[in-house]
Amino acid sequence: MSEVVLEFDSVVKRFAENEVLRGVSLQLHRHEVVCLIGASGSGKSTLLRCANLLETIDAGTISLFDQPLQDKRIDPDLVRRHIGMVFQSFNLFPHLSVLDNILLGPVHALKRKREDVNEEALELLERIGLRARANDFPDRLSGGQQQRVAIVRSLAMKPSLLLLDEVTSALDPTLVGEVLDLLRDLAHSGTTMLIATHEMNFARDVAHQIAYLDAGVLVEKGTPAAIFNDPQHESTRRFLARVS
Amino acid sequence: MTLDPDVASSDATPNLFAPRRSRLLSGRRGLVAASVSSIIVFGALFAVLFATSGGATLRADFFSPHQMWLAWTGDPRLGLLAIRDGIFTNVWMFLLSEVLVLSFGLVIAWIRITQSSVLLPFRMMATAYTDTFRGVPLLLVVMMVGYGLPILNFGFLSRQSPAVYGVMALTLTYSSYVAEVIRAGIFSVPNGQLLAARSLGLTQASTMRLVILPQAIRTVIPPLLNDFISLQKDTALVSVLGAVEVTRAAQIFQSTVFNESGLVVAAMFFLVLTIPMTRYTDHLMARDRARRLVGS
Repeated sequence: MSEVVLEFDSVVKRFAENEVLRGVSLQLHRHEVVCLIGASGSGKSTLLRCANLLETIDAGTISLFDQPLQDKRIDPDLVRRHIGMVFQSFNLFPHLSVLDNILLGPVHALKRKREDVNEEALELLERIGLRARANDFPDRLSGGQQQRVAIVRSLAMKPSLLLLDEVTSALDPTLVGEVLDLLRDLAHSGTTMLIATHEMNFARDVAHQIAYLDAGVLVEKGTPAAIFNDPQHESTRRFLARVS
Repeated sequence: MTLDPDVASSDATPNLFAPRRSRLLSGRRGLVAASVSSIIVFGALFAVLFATSGGATLRADFFSPHQMWLAWTGDPRLGLLAIRDGIFTNVWMFLLSEVLVLSFGLVIAWIRITQSSVLLPFRMMATAYTDTFRGVPLLLVVMMVGYGLPILNFGFLSRQSPAVYGVMALTLTYSSYVAEVIRAGIFSVPNGQLLAARSLGLTQASTMRLVILPQAIRTVIPPLLNDFISLQKDTALVSVLGAVEVTRAAQIFQSTVFNESGLVVAAMFFLVLTIPMTRYTDHLMARDRARRLVGS
């Protein structure tokens, strides 16, 4: 197996009394797509946010390229520059044009020259068929277009991996397809991704590994075929029966 | 369970026309109603000026065109200052104050929202500052700064003109309001914006400068302009220090000529100053509201 990009080791996260992650261990290899499935509140989003250091953890370690992120000498801003994150609610910057949304990270976090990034950004927009909308503001776009711009915005940072947090959950059913198609493209071109999702067919399609979370516990992990056709645990079976 | 169709839905045809009384205020009737009510209300106000026994005296004392003109232009032979010569003082006082208030308010707001432990003493000072200056009447601040600093005998700080002390007092008081307005604006930016910016690897300072503040300022422009409108008219309070601005000139006119028409001229000056800004603020707020309605 190829290099381990991201590794969770016995990660525990509490919000006050409430234990949201109870010792989760998971590895993500280069070019691998892992889908996190599980009911709302099972800890999928929290796990992603912890990887990005948007949340601190209470026990265990998370490592990016073998470097433990809980080390005091780690710079969280550097970590985040290597990890792209896409949110359920898009979170495009409403006061910036589509193009400026994409340029913000490379120009201000990576300190690259605007002229240098400009063409890359336009190519990314070309790839999602929105080059003509580069100078529009986000509120002129449909939800599906906004979410695709948000994905491209994180790609402009040339991240080592992408975290996707239920990126189709806030979309009209008619707009889900275009976003999932883009993610399929990314998966086929070898993008390393950790995807929290409720789209089971999509997960079955693109994932190399499926991890099922229940109440902060990683109950079961395996290939899509193993998880969907032959789940080993009673709670996995119950969850899959409920969602299908 | 099946519902009895007679119970579930009514067969009667409903009457959808509003009763006659509530139709009174719509369409052309509305125009008539508006005119009638305007005539009654404004007529009553004029009646007070013209029909009451004191009306004539009041008109002569406050609204004499001759005296108003005299107050406006001044008269060197009588030793009368012109109100129009005071305008400049008001204008530069509020312009300078507004610039200072904006920068100082931004700094205070920023200190109050940071979470760094190093800044804790500054946070406490900033909180104490906003609490104090929002609570103390501006008139008292003007007097304390204007009478206090000269006594302090502290270099150039104690050798300023009353108008400069006025600017200091206005800045102290209004920065505390504006800091709170800006802080509220910052909190009104959705948390997702912060998460998105930070996960792009932007530092906390860049996130504030490039993502949070531009959105916050946009939402607080109307309340900010409201504060500036009251700041502009509160330059009148600096008159207690003897700064010869519009209000002070009107007071001098009053105590020399024993006629109050100068006060009305001063009032008109402040109206001319603030009404365009009030209208503009209303326009901005209406536009904002329209945009939000479209957005939802």
